[in-house]
Amino acid sequence: MNETPLWASESFWKKTAIWVTAGSFLILVVLTFDSLKQTTAGTQRVPAYDVINKKIDYQFDKELNKFMPVIGGEELLFGKEFTEEEARELVDLGKKTTQAKNCMNCHTLLGNGAYYAPDLTKAWLDQGWISPEMREDMMIKFLMDPGKNARTYGTGRKMPDLGITETEAKGIVAFLKWMSSIDTNGFPYNFKTLYAED
Amino acid sequence: MKSGGLAGVIENAGVLVDRSRGYWQDFQNWVQLDSSRLSPGRQLAVKYFIVAVILFCAQILFGLLAALQFIFPGFLYEFLDFSVNRMVHINAMVIWMLYGFLGSIYWLLEDESGTEIVGLKYGIWAFWILTGAVALVVLVYLFVQIGAGEDSSLWLINEGREYIEAPRWADFGIVAVVLTFFYNVVATFSKGKWSGIAGVLTLDLVALAGLYVAGMFYMTNITHEQYWWWWVIHLWVEATWEVLVGVIMAWSLMKLLGVRRKIVETWLYIEVALMFGSGILGLGHHYFWIGTPEYWLTIGGFFSALEPIPLVAMVVHAVYDSGAHSFKTGNHPALAWIIAQAFGNFFGAGVWGFMHTLPQINLYTHGTQWSASHGHLAFFGAYATINIAFFYLAIQHWRGDVWMAGGIKHAWRWKWALGLLNVGVLGMTIALLIAGYEQSFVERAVEGSTWGGYFAAQSQPAFQSAMTWRLFFGLITASGLVLLVWDLLTIGKGEERKAEMPQQA
Repeated sequence: MNETPLWASESFWKKTAIWVTAGSFLILVVLTFDSLKQTTAGTQRVPAYDVINKKIDYQFDKELNKFMPVIGGEELLFGKEFTEEEARELVDLGKKTTQAKNCMNCHTLLGNGAYYAPDLTKAWLDQGWISPEMREDMMIKFLMDPGKNARTYGTGRKMPDLGITETEAKGIVAFLKWMSSIDTNGFPYNFKTLYAED
Repeated sequence: MKSGGLAGVIENAGVLVDRSRGYWQDFQNWVQLDSSRLSPGRQLAVKYFIVAVILFCAQILFGLLAALQFIFPGFLYEFLDFSVNRMVHINAMVIWMLYGFLGSIYWLLEDESGTEIVGLKYGIWAFWILTGAVALVVLVYLFVQIGAGEDSSLWLINEGREYIEAPRWADFGIVAVVLTFFYNVVATFSKGKWSGIAGVLTLDLVALAGLYVAGMFYMTNITHEQYWWWWVIHLWVEATWEVLVGVIMAWSLMKLLGVRRKIVETWLYIEVALMFGSGILGLGHHYFWIGTPEYWLTIGGFFSALEPIPLVAMVVHAVYDSGAHSFKTGNHPALAWIIAQAFGNFFGAGVWGFMHTLPQINLYTHGTQWSASHGHLAFFGAYATINIAFFYLAIQHWRGDVWMAGGIKHAWRWKWALGLLNVGVLGMTIALLIAGYEQSFVERAVEGSTWGGYFAAQSQPAFQSAMTWRLFFGLITASGLVLLVWDLLTIGKGEERKAEMPQQA
């Protein structure tokens, strides 16, 4: 009984540890290549940046049994049709601004971040902007002067003035519009957009 | 200015320097720690521990400020906003834990390798460079806070990415410091002797440093950006850090209880196999909703559901060994914190993580206070506890290997610090869990995550009282921390009896 059985021996577990780690990592690398390919801007899951020229909605898909982005016809942003390159530049400015202003330490983006302020994943489609006609103007005003245009819903939790310029605000709006078109596997569930009729 | 001009300023500054030097002298006389008892490698280790404790205090302070803002939103509005406090809160946490790990490794390195640290000089430089960089980053966080939507803001001020907000220049500093550290570890083991613990540690450090690089890029495409961002956060916290803790735990159990090397090293391999086997692909549970393909729902759900298994193994390991050695140890506070680690890691990371890791549940809990609840118990249970255990190991040696047990003078301090910190964090965890449940129901399930739904959930009495309880338990945690710092500075002072450290059977 003095002999250590294989399953309790050090060398067995050492080899197992090495093989399991290497195997898992290899699978992760393969999946990473595939995931990055499937989520490059301009794919089914992550649309090209010029999607900001179009109407974006988010509806329940009965066949897939989940909420899905619905890309419709033309609905220009700031009354301008952007080329793919112009759109990418504008979204890029917006994305960079959200990082430089540290938005993620109050808000969540794609559900990740802090929980002091609302999720921004589908913020472009939020009913809080009342109607598609009023939306752009309200968003720009809110971003540039959040104290005066506060949207606290009675909680007193106001966004601080972050010194966002008009150009940056436009970038952020473009970024939010583009982000709302990403296929997020049905998250958030049950979200009713400002296009929804009820 | 009375004394007038530049000369006056210099004179005043001189007085100030003299006075603070006096205070420092008084402090050292009070603490009565004799650093000549420590080897040069361990003198470097305690430098890391000291900064770790200071950052731990910063973490709690800024956590309290952020907790207050949930209750009084006008508090420090547009002066130190929630975003700033929360960023310092979580960054201080990540950095103090890293400091604790680096210190712990430097502490055990000479003992484990049987030789002196090879590049100690570089290690000391790296320490000062890192500490200077951390101080600068925090000052910029507090006083500059944000920048314009340009690359320069991300390079100099803040990258705006949760947990790894440090500006890009600091990223390079961090990588350089970790590489220096890595060199010291490998060179020292190579000069001395290798062991199972040494091998696991070396491979883990390669992964730890390599993964950080994945988070050093700016991308317009938020799906890609968050994909790589999780490589750093998840593969650090749920894989490489856990293995690092396994290494530190293995060494500590040998020292504290006299467990045989063969046993701890076999356990370490089992833990590595289970930890990486579940944790690497468990990364998929962060890829449910960021735009990545649907197969992650299956892979992430399955493997992350397995993640608690190694943590069960670690509990069995720690508790079994403690029992097998009849809890005979020369350092009671350290062993108590090791036991707290085993359970805290299992409940905080394992159970609390499992509760919301399946995609069917995570659809409603993602991005709510559930994550905050899990985060508090997991970081504390898995990482704060082991670091605190190590602080007690270090202070004992620093005092000259004196007796440290339940019956020593002022033992109430370490016992109450242990109790208050654990009760405080557990209380915050439960309060946040209640808030998370409420938020999942009202905001996510019923209201569909609109802005109106978000604020409706935040206004519910259940949510608001949970936030008050969180602050209350935050204050309990803070009082525990004050007591802990006091105890670490004074425990064993004037104690003459030597500890009976167990010999390896």
